[in-house]
Amino acid sequence: MPDLLAARSQMAVSLGFHILFAVVGIGMPLLMVIAEQRYRSTGDPICLELAKRWAKGTAILFAVGAVSGTVLSFELGLLWPEFMRLAGPVIGMPFSLEGFAFFIEAIFIGVYLYGWDRIPPRAHVLAGLAVAVSGAASGIFVVTANAWMNSPTGFEMAAGKVTGVDPIAGMLNPMTFQQTLHMTLAAYAATGFAVAGIHAALLLVERHNAFHRRALGIALLVGAPAAVLQPLSGDVSARAVGAWQPAKLAAMESHFETERRAPFTIGGIPDVEARRTRYAIQVPAGLSLLLHHDPDAVVTGLDHFPRRDWPPVTIVHLAFQVMIALGTYLALLSLWIGWRALRRHDPCDSPWMLRAIAVAAPMGFLAIEAGWTVTEVGRQPWVIYGLLRTADAVTPMPGLVVPFVGFTLLYCALGAIVVWMLYRQIIRSPRHSEWSRVYSPREAARV
Amino acid sequence: MSESGLPGVMAGLVALSLNAYVLFGGADFGGGVWDLLASGPSKARQREVIGHAIGPIWEANHVWLILAIVLTFTCFPPVFARLGIVLHVPLTLMLIGIVLRGSAFTFRAYDDEHDAAQRRWGRIFAVASLLTPLLLGVCIGAVASGRVGPVPARGSFADRFVDPWLTPFSLAVGVLAVAVFAHLAAVFLTLETREPDLEDVFRREGLWSGVTVFLAALVALLLAPSHAPLVGAGLLGSRWALPFHLATGAAAVATLAALWTRHYHLARVTVGALVSLIVWGWAFSQYPYLVPPDLTVASAAAPAVTLRLILIALGLGAALLVPSLHYLFRVFKAEPAGSVRRLPTGGPNA
Ligand code: HDD
Ligand code: HEM
Ligand code: HEM
Repeated sequence: MPDLLAARSQMAVSLGFHILFAVVGIGMPLLMVIAEQRYRSTGDPICLELAKRWAKGTAILFAVGAVSGTVLSFELGLLWPEFMRLAGPVIGMPFSLEGFAFFIEAIFIGVYLYGWDRIPPRAHVLAGLAVAVSGAASGIFVVTANAWMNSPTGFEMAAGKVTGVDPIAGMLNPMTFQQTLHMTLAAYAATGFAVAGIHAALLLVERHNAFHRRALGIALLVGAPAAVLQPLSGDVSARAVGAWQPAKLAAMESHFETERRAPFTIGGIPDVEARRTRYAIQVPAGLSLLLHHDPDAVVTGLDHFPRRDWPPVTIVHLAFQVMIALGTYLALLSLWIGWRALRRHDPCDSPWMLRAIAVAAPMGFLAIEAGWTVTEVGRQPWVIYGLLRTADAVTPMPGLVVPFVGFTLLYCALGAIVVWMLYRQIIRSPRHSEWSRVYSPREAARV
Repeated sequence: MSESGLPGVMAGLVALSLNAYVLFGGADFGGGVWDLLASGPSKARQREVIGHAIGPIWEANHVWLILAIVLTFTCFPPVFARLGIVLHVPLTLMLIGIVLRGSAFTFRAYDDEHDAAQRRWGRIFAVASLLTPLLLGVCIGAVASGRVGPVPARGSFADRFVDPWLTPFSLAVGVLAVAVFAHLAAVFLTLETREPDLEDVFRREGLWSGVTVFLAALVALLLAPSHAPLVGAGLLGSRWALPFHLATGAAAVATLAALWTRHYHLARVTVGALVSLIVWGWAFSQYPYLVPPDLTVASAAAPAVTLRLILIALGLGAALLVPSLHYLFRVFKAEPAGSVRRLPTGGPNA
């Protein structure tokens, strides 16, 4: 395996792993706070149990998120020293702010987990809220750094040297708003539907378990609105990509020829040699309309760029299709849930709806991995779009396949253990003895 | 503040966050070392105290390392790039140690109580606690020895990526780091229990590890002139060398004396001073170099705007952080009675 490929793969594995925990670290605290707030206002002990379990889950995942994030911050230097040498002064700022956000999050997770009977109820809810807010802030700051890699601003580059550095302009680069919005929504949609999906599956087995009903309700409250907004935010993102990273957009759409009335391509398999897309559905003038709100607008195709500046078209196009398909499913499902909710129908009474929610459990996370593949692979061959090639940023150290394989195995093992642990600690229905006091199946049917 | 002083301030902040990491994170690592070495009839209870002492906020302690890293790559990017290239191997191994340690500790805390799994997590946690500081020390030793220069374009893998850090001096610093962390942890642990027999165990461990710190420091100091000329010259020859050694020696002796006479609160203060003096001694002896032989505070510094903004961000961050930390400690100050004095009640398994 060539060293560059090994370095890219190691980065991809580390980020792909970290993002799962990061997303949970953003979404889960919100679920936990809502559950506690419900308990405080209704006295429902099930909500209390939910808040406690979700807090425990947050703590386990938080720890793995922290160690995998630590690995990432080292890896920036271990794998991409030249990138960091150039980019450090411009994008160090969001990383520093992320450090603080994380610190606050760690402190209030401690307060939340261990403060149940030490601080007043209101303070406890507020501590949970602090965890939720700082978790979201962490994500926003790091994605800001990533947005800068996509649309670098706030400096000048001359003869391989960076001058005129303006870190604030770097943070407020043209992709920041779109990417942070889309990512934050994605975190809520993915966590919400993952939790909802698990409890929906369990409800299919134990239809009247009040514990799972409550959990499902709260999870949907977080997941569904975010999933409805996600395609809208994605459209905003796509237009920014079209403006600032036209080669990436062309790869996403597998759009080879620059043309007027460009079609919107759905599905299909790009044939890069023949410069066409097989088996695709094409909506005439769709892309021109989406990007420029004008059916006659010209859309830049890959032919505009020298071949060596093309991203890997097939991967980017397919990943984009996967994200859109999953996003469409989640958004439609959420609309269905919302429509039923408006007519005051409990989602738990419809086995079909429960099934539809259960299969959605992994979808948000898959969409996130796909979306990041679009963003990162679509930026290739650049690590800083248009300025620094990935090949020029990589470390001179040989034998990178060894750490790549090592970290991959380590992360596979960690992932398996975390899943097992979550199952045992959080997802499993409460044991009968734990619940005999507050809950019995016959009463639950009425709750 | 003058423009030229700014890089020095930022370098000082990097040293300060390393100091905090060594103090707080170091005690956590040292706790793991004693977990590994626990023996005798009170073995299980010793481990329980250690587990609870590290407790719920080890992530917060860990942030100091991240802060040091982030400050380095933002304020001194060439330093970060150089360390990433030359010290790739030991840093990667250290990372694996950090991952294993952090996750094993968490898994142990949240897995079922009486379980073969508990012991397995405990062992991984303890071994990783030993290896991680060793590697951290090796990296620091390599920097201090002035061998982390630009990588030659050609040469064997061993010449380019192993020789700079695999030296007797860096290994001695690695051992010193383990000894210091263990000493720190033992002193802290004397205050984490109310059971006299456990207190005695930790006191004894504190005394032994104190002697080990002394021996390891002596070895490193003797190796310094030949292996780490710059730091050696600073530590042995400069104007402030004598007062520095006197202060360090005084802190070390005071810690041992306080342990001997069971003044544990005093020992906690003096051991903190001892550890901080070691960190700052290293920092000052290689000033103005960040990574000798070529990267200095001035030559490696990022543009002044960046440094100024980071300083502002640190100020604002601290304004949020200090009250939060204060709150955390206030909430958990009221300690429960019982065998274990720990921050929180109820633990994760309650
Ligand atoms: C739950 C997850 C999820 C869902 C349902 C969607 N996305 Fe997404 N998408 C992401 C999760 C995500 C992401 C992983 O969070 C990305 C990667 C980078 C980013 O900022 O967000 C992303 C990136 C991303 C980008 C690239 C931005 C860039 O390269 O800078 C575009 C154009 C879209 N998305 C568009 C869409 C559209 C049109 C969707 C509608 C159906 C959609 N996404 C659903
Ligand atoms: C889109 C990508 C990312 C998001 C949304 C994200 C978000 C988060 C969140 C929410 C946390 C808190 C931990 C938790 O709650 O589990 C976290 C931790 C962390 N992340 Fe990420 N992260 C991303 C990528 C990265 C990258 C690329 C790096 C480093 C280069 C990184 C470095 C860290 C570090 C070091 C931590 C540990 C916290 C600390 O000690 O400061 N993250 N991240
Ligand atoms: C957490 C979500 C993220 C995921 C899943 C992700 C995924 C990836 C992938 C798949 C690659 C390899 C691309 C290729 O070489 O073909 C990559 C590269 C990279 N990513 Fe990301 N990324 C994420 C966020 C970030 C963030 C927030 C940053 C930094 C601020 C970042 C920095 C990098 C760097 C420096 C590389 C290596 C250079 C390159 O290949 O362009 N990534 N990432």
